[in-house]
Amino acid sequence: MLKAPTPEVDVGTALPLLDIRNLTVEFATRRGTVQAVKKVNITLAKGETLGIVGESGSGKSVTSYAVMRILDRAGSIAEGSVLFSGLDLRAAPESEMRDLRGREMSMIFQSPRLALNPIRKIGHQIEDVLLQHAQVGNESVADKAIEVLEQVRIARPKERYHAYPFELSGGMCQRVVIALALACRPQLLIADEPTTGLDVTTQKAVMDLVVELTRERGMSTILITHDLGLAAAYCDKVVVMEKGLVVETSPSETIFKAPAHAYTRKLMRATPRPGITLRDLLPEDEAARARPLANKPVLADEAPLLVVENLVKEYPRKGVSTSIKKMFGTTPVPENEVFRAVDGISFTIGRGESVGLVGESGCGKSTTSMMLMRLIDKTSGTIAFGGEDIGAIPARNFATLPQRKKIQMVFQDPTDSLNPRFTAARAIADPLLRLSDISRGALRAKCEELATQVGLPLQFLDRFPHQLSGGQKARVGIARAIALKPDLIILDEPTAALDVSVQAVVLNLLQDLKDELGMSYLFVSHDLNVVRLLCDRVIVMNTGRIVEQGPTQRVMEAPEAAYTRDLLAAIPHPPV
Amino acid sequence: MLTTIGKRLLTVLPTLIGVIIVTFLLTRALPGDPAAYFAGPAASKEAVEQIRVSLGLDKPLPEQFIRYVKDLTQGNLGNSLSTGRPVTTEIVSRLPASAELTLLGLILSMMIAVPLGILAAVKQGSWIDHTCRVVATAGVSLPVFFTGLLLVYVFYYILGWSPAPIGRLDAFTSAPPNYTGFYLIDSLVTGNWETFRATLSQLILPAATLCIFSLAPIARMTRASMLAVLASEFVRTARASGLDGRTVIITYAFRNAMLPVVTTLGMVFSFLLGANVLVEKVFAWPGIGSYAVEALLQSDFAPVQGFVLTMAVLYVLLNLLIDILYGVIDPRVRLEG
Repeated sequence: MLKAPTPEVDVGTALPLLDIRNLTVEFATRRGTVQAVKKVNITLAKGETLGIVGESGSGKSVTSYAVMRILDRAGSIAEGSVLFSGLDLRAAPESEMRDLRGREMSMIFQSPRLALNPIRKIGHQIEDVLLQHAQVGNESVADKAIEVLEQVRIARPKERYHAYPFELSGGMCQRVVIALALACRPQLLIADEPTTGLDVTTQKAVMDLVVELTRERGMSTILITHDLGLAAAYCDKVVVMEKGLVVETSPSETIFKAPAHAYTRKLMRATPRPGITLRDLLPEDEAARARPLANKPVLADEAPLLVVENLVKEYPRKGVSTSIKKMFGTTPVPENEVFRAVDGISFTIGRGESVGLVGESGCGKSTTSMMLMRLIDKTSGTIAFGGEDIGAIPARNFATLPQRKKIQMVFQDPTDSLNPRFTAARAIADPLLRLSDISRGALRAKCEELATQVGLPLQFLDRFPHQLSGGQKARVGIARAIALKPDLIILDEPTAALDVSVQAVVLNLLQDLKDELGMSYLFVSHDLNVVRLLCDRVIVMNTGRIVEQGPTQRVMEAPEAAYTRDLLAAIPHPPV
Repeated sequence: MLTTIGKRLLTVLPTLIGVIIVTFLLTRALPGDPAAYFAGPAASKEAVEQIRVSLGLDKPLPEQFIRYVKDLTQGNLGNSLSTGRPVTTEIVSRLPASAELTLLGLILSMMIAVPLGILAAVKQGSWIDHTCRVVATAGVSLPVFFTGLLLVYVFYYILGWSPAPIGRLDAFTSAPPNYTGFYLIDSLVTGNWETFRATLSQLILPAATLCIFSLAPIARMTRASMLAVLASEFVRTARASGLDGRTVIITYAFRNAMLPVVTTLGMVFSFLLGANVLVEKVFAWPGIGSYAVEALLQSDFAPVQGFVLTMAVLYVLLNLLIDILYGVIDPRVRLEG
């Protein structure tokens, strides 16, 4: 086994813990070699926290995989060196690397639930790492694993030791992943988007835990993220990457105040934050070209478009006793065996109004939007749309009714929500073919009109989803939703899967379309900063109930409910 | 666990009732008149009629069905028209012969195909991967009667290493006492090494034939499923935690990749059990497949009904076993049970 590198002893000079010099990583693809990382230089001192920020394809994750030498089969380090405490990692034999991984440097990945072996008890997974690096003998390994779980603040660690990943929440799984990474007290922790997909309060808890544990142990940390705000809030130094190149390296206090590189400025501008308008997200020249935001107040005396009253959705709790009772179908299901996903909520959406629906996962916001879309049936309550109780219509009949045209949806994942075998034009035409009597001849012209409306260049109309970028796919999804001129569009986190600069453009597009077509939006999101920009009013949900609703500005600046205050406090605040 | 199995068995009942009805109707719909066949070509019309009455074939279908079900509940599957022997006895003696052969073939196949599939996935694109592909494709593309004959030709006729392909035992060895019907197990239990060796030497060629044929689905499924799991995030996490190759591949990757492999095994087993007629013919094996085909050709419906019913029950039991295995492998399945 390799001797632990001891930087303190190393000559005494300030030798960086990690020194990446001229690193170039290549991937062999069908279309030849692609350089994912080009001549990157990064140094990390002992005890320092470094953020690597960039959008998808910037090479930020690949850089870290190259450091750990866990690149895919197709990838290889073509040039440069990686020195870890003076040890050349590029030249180190695989057995030596295996000893280093997990013991001297470890990694936290995004999507914590996927990062754990689904069919192995979490305690055993921690034991695997402890035993591999000979941290502890066989007889006391279980105690040590429980101790490690305790350190990441997992309540009742003795019971959780026997839990499988699917029995734990996302935040809890990420704690287990952190426990795995820190079990052997490494010197370097690389966190690759550790909080993507987690709620803001969970994100804060997880990040605070990482920072606390790494500070306490004098560890160095690399935080890889697309969120400039998160990086600036938690890191000493920020490296900005674009298309495989490092474009800027500076301390996080200065990067917000005086971004040096044009790309950093663009990223910074595109990051939603308090005190700006939608137009401020766009690059300066585009913002100047865009027409000013219409400031049309919603008329209070006009009848609202959508009135929801006491809406309830209950699900039976799945259990053996329930299914047996259902099978023999005599006794009604007792009250406590029912789970109320949505618990008597009431709200309205005015014509031309944009309402934000925020809350953490499991709060019932998706169930609510699915009931409004009439995809699932409510348990009780009314959904009055344009004066008609559409809640009374069974969901399975709704798809062919004329009312269907009036409510459309834009989905979270622009890729998964498009049929991979449909061209963009076919996808946009789909609702027209199903719900309108448009003639075949007029269809193409209509698709082109819609594409122009959402800013999709016409030559992309005949491409398939995999030939389009994320932003273009989002535009196709939006064009499809507005094809039938709906009155209400439900936007389910439409920008969550997009890079910030693309998000900025899409949000502005949505705003312009609303002003142009006079639609109403229900904007479902967990990102309060985005909601602040797009919505007139906001509804905050928690555990199936509405805890607060009101004008966006009022709710954001003077929240009444304690829960809203917690949510707002959890947003990372960059040192502006 | 027991309640889960019990509940699964309950859900099986409708399937079995359906199988009983369908096989009954199907055998009645088969072309050919069993009474005429039984009476022989020279029989007079009256004689045929007489036989029809004695067989109960003159009664309306519902009545025939009730009689059939009543017999079934007493474990009576009727008598074969051509041999006159009770179908139950035949099946009880022939099923273990087929099962023993198929099981051994499958175990051999698993022992080769699973490691081959794992290696092929771990070293994707290497010579092992290509070997795996070639061996599997060759095995599945050669018809079993051809591989069987080839093996007999080489190992019996040319090399003389294996005994003549004349069934489960050669003429000089007597069958072991019947406990399970599996000669290998019965001879082991009684400590009769001579019979064990003789049984094994008879078994090895047909089992190898089946093994070669079933290599492909198992090896390919293992490889595909391993490739998917090896690309997953938790394997990357395991690698990034510095776990050694063995732990990553066996404990992390293979255990997760096992589910589709187990399903494939179940399917291959039930397929082979009923469909290895050709192998049974080549090796003069007194199995259930050749029995059913002979009966079918002679419009002898009682054995056909018995065969289909037995296979259905076996299939159901096999699926139950696979479900239980699923639960053992994957804790998420246990929860739903």
